[in-house]
Amino acid sequence: MKEEKNNKNAKKFGMVIDLDKCTGCGTCMVACMSENNIPFKEDESNKLYSITWMRVYRLTNGKSYPDTDICYLPRPCQHCGGRGDHGHSPCVSVCPATATDYSKETGIVSQIYTRCFGCRYCMAACPYHARYFNWWDPVWPKGMEKYLSPNVSVRMRGVVEKCSFCFHRYQLAKDKAYYENRSEIEENEYQTACAQACPSGAIAFGDLNNPAHAVCELKKNKNAFRLLERLQTNPKVYYISGRQWVRHAGDNHLKRDS
Amino acid sequence: MKIDRRSFLSLGIGGAAGIVLSPLPWKLMDDSAIWTQTWPWTPVPPKGDATYVNSACTLCPGGCGISVRKIDERAVKIEGIKGHPVNDGGICLLGLSGLQLLYGPTRIKTPLKRDGERGAGKWIEISWEEAISNVAEKLGDLRKNGKSGSVAFISGIDKSTVPALFKRFLSVYGSSGFMRMPSAADSYELAVYHSLGLKAQLGFDIENSDFVLSFGSGIIEGWGSPVYMMRANGNLRKTGGKIIQIEPRLSNTAAKSNKWIPLNPGTEYALALGLADVIITKSLYNRDYINNSTSGFGEFAAFVQSLYSPDKVEKITGIKKDIIETLAVDFIKAAKPVAICGRGQGRAQSSLGEVIAVQALNALVGNINRKGGAFTVSDPGYFSLPGVISGKMAETKPANIFINDVNSGKCTANALFIYEANPLYSLPDSNSVKEAFAKIPFIVSFSSFMDETAMNSDLVLPNHIYLERYEDVYIGSIPKPVVSLLKPVVNPQFNTKHTGDVIIQIAKKMGSSLADSFRWDSYDSFLEKALGDKWKVLSEESFFEDKKAAELSLKKFDFTGDFSDFKSLFLDLNAQGNPDKYPLVLIPYDSVRIANGYIGNPPFVVKTVEDTALKEKDIFVEVNPVTAKALGLLEESSAMIETPKGKAKVKIHLFEGIMPGLVAMPRGLGHSAYDKYIAGKGINVNELIGTIEDPASGLDAGWGIRAGLLKC
Repeated sequence: MKEEKNNKNAKKFGMVIDLDKCTGCGTCMVACMSENNIPFKEDESNKLYSITWMRVYRLTNGKSYPDTDICYLPRPCQHCGGRGDHGHSPCVSVCPATATDYSKETGIVSQIYTRCFGCRYCMAACPYHARYFNWWDPVWPKGMEKYLSPNVSVRMRGVVEKCSFCFHRYQLAKDKAYYENRSEIEENEYQTACAQACPSGAIAFGDLNNPAHAVCELKKNKNAFRLLERLQTNPKVYYISGRQWVRHAGDNHLKRDS
Repeated sequence: MKIDRRSFLSLGIGGAAGIVLSPLPWKLMDDSAIWTQTWPWTPVPPKGDATYVNSACTLCPGGCGISVRKIDERAVKIEGIKGHPVNDGGICLLGLSGLQLLYGPTRIKTPLKRDGERGAGKWIEISWEEAISNVAEKLGDLRKNGKSGSVAFISGIDKSTVPALFKRFLSVYGSSGFMRMPSAADSYELAVYHSLGLKAQLGFDIENSDFVLSFGSGIIEGWGSPVYMMRANGNLRKTGGKIIQIEPRLSNTAAKSNKWIPLNPGTEYALALGLADVIITKSLYNRDYINNSTSGFGEFAAFVQSLYSPDKVEKITGIKKDIIETLAVDFIKAAKPVAICGRGQGRAQSSLGEVIAVQALNALVGNINRKGGAFTVSDPGYFSLPGVISGKMAETKPANIFINDVNSGKCTANALFIYEANPLYSLPDSNSVKEAFAKIPFIVSFSSFMDETAMNSDLVLPNHIYLERYEDVYIGSIPKPVVSLLKPVVNPQFNTKHTGDVIIQIAKKMGSSLADSFRWDSYDSFLEKALGDKWKVLSEESFFEDKKAAELSLKKFDFTGDFSDFKSLFLDLNAQGNPDKYPLVLIPYDSVRIANGYIGNPPFVVKTVEDTALKEKDIFVEVNPVTAKALGLLEESSAMIETPKGKAKVKIHLFEGIMPGLVAMPRGLGHSAYDKYIAGKGINVNELIGTIEDPASGLDAGWGIRAGLLKC
């Protein structure tokens, strides 16, 4: 077990997604793909094999015409802290290769591709389906590899990948701050690609521990909830919805649960 | 030496221990681990200096400002410009995928000349010099034979400098055939011309409104300027504003609205007139505005009161009369209400009657050119072409009317040039477009991509894509129009040429009056001169708000649309087809995740398409479970859809959010050109739908077509 760091400056990066503002446009999905060198195949209609670190789910209230309703729910990695934020997130607990780890400094669940040997225990453990396996080598049509970013490594066949909260952006922001002799980075210096691109301003990102950051206040909203809270995975992604049926769906109550 | 049991064992164990203790197995294991993960075909993106270049996006008519991240000479990411008046840092999924188009396999790499049958995909690569003299020669011949008038241009855009060069070229050459691709803007411009007597577009101030009555406009699905509208929608909600969405299908906009009111498709105009009747009968309208700034109110009031009472409107639209009455009162009592129309993304025209009826609601509340209302935006005034030219300047006409005229023989076209448009794919009734194309002997495409229209042309003169060139971008469908500057983010990747340069060079080659009217060395130097003092602003800031275009002195709003018989504007336009043979109605729908304009979906965007719209090669149509049950269809059943225009195999998606009796199909799939990431996926809905001519305007008022679904 790792040593507990009593660092006062420990951050807890998290996200608050306002589902009432989200329009389901899918911009966050593509912002993520283009930021993180995510590959694509000729056919992506089998969603089990389609790598989307950020995926927008479509929920319906199950009522018939004309009372039916739709809500979209963007789902990045939830960066679970586990009970008491001790870092026992479902995936970290089962990884036999320490390829995925919980950072007490940032609260981010990492994924180290070169350590991963593809056993996929973490995929089985993740209750949010946030992890994806590279069944094939990534192939870019000739010339298209020119747009690949050097800030994110390209993954190879046989490893698991997932949302990193654009950790490389945190590193770049910290480098810049260090260069400018600052010890802290500003809220707007580190934003994930999805939060930056969202045309509706539905995604807020920041340090949940820092009262100056927007997310800190937003998560206190009375309509805020997290996915499958009763599993006590303690995710760092909060959702807001004024619609009761959406909040109910977030906890995945089965009919028999009442 | 004798090997006994003891020495055999000690040697064996000692050897094994030696190997294990030596670094060899560990080294081998490590090597193999590294080997399995460092296959040379996994690319390692080279490092380099990171810079940003500000430019604009032209992939849709939205006009967003973009900031492109570069690593040395490679463009690696597109982001929105913070503080840009259109998108303020936001961006859409198509805009984000621009680099897949820039570096993608579907780019046309050099000028091409058709070899073999049209559409067979056999090309000869030619030089730019040959391509330009080819066109100049052809145009010279036509002029010599007195056929100048039979040359036409179809352009995706019509307000900025490149279309201005086309118009100038046509005027000097002796043709008036300048067309743009049809959209709701055609209907809006005509309605503004008739009711306000102005040549202007309308921009809606959704952001500052508090009650938006939308007759099927997909505010968050790419209507108007997509990112601008999504932002406006967000800001409207922040201040507690409401959106009421009226359409037969639960679109995303409807799902996100405060109230979704389904109505019989095509009866939007009747609902607008019915609401007007309630407002007039209850005397709730803005008296000041009606008395001082409108004309024809008396006639209009008498007309709606006699024919569009809530009872009658209930019969036409299928909306209960008490809902109509409450809606009218809520609308008029809001502080800053606004009514909008133009279905889906507004990529199709509407009937003139529909737009005038909806604008009458805006006039009743008196919100024209008022904060939170409808703003008139004139044609841009930020550039001027030096030198006066003789002859009448070509007027813009909608391309669909041209196609009809070619088919009916009303107009003969001997040469057609196509710029930033894909009419063969995106115009409704694909077969009639193909028919018209077959009648035109010489077709030139300026497309950067091998789209359907480029595939079916005789000569392809590939333009630089928007990330490789200078050009102005004008967006006038918002209250305060914005001009942005395209800048070459990267050097041209292939042997392409700016279409502005091509036009200038063709003119020079043709000599005489044309060469005199195109004296610039290059498009870039022309642009700098045409923009005058704006060039400096644009090249430094990359955008500015064109306030001049928004400053219009208003004339009176004429309720009768300046028509002597204005009642004939408002007609029930029935969907084509015999209801006995085709019991259902097919309506196309727009999704922001499926690009349906000139650009086909890039791979990233295809990835976001839900598996309830596209699975492998099959397209799904949405059907209400009640309708499906009657036809014996289940989720994912295969079926044959047939309309008077054609038939196609589809799969069924049961959707509770669609009115029974309707079938909805997404626009933007079923490409036959482009690359394997988009071609051959699904059906192009334009092959199944036709047009309905609006007798008042001649525009296409088509909202759907009769259809039958057969299990197969």
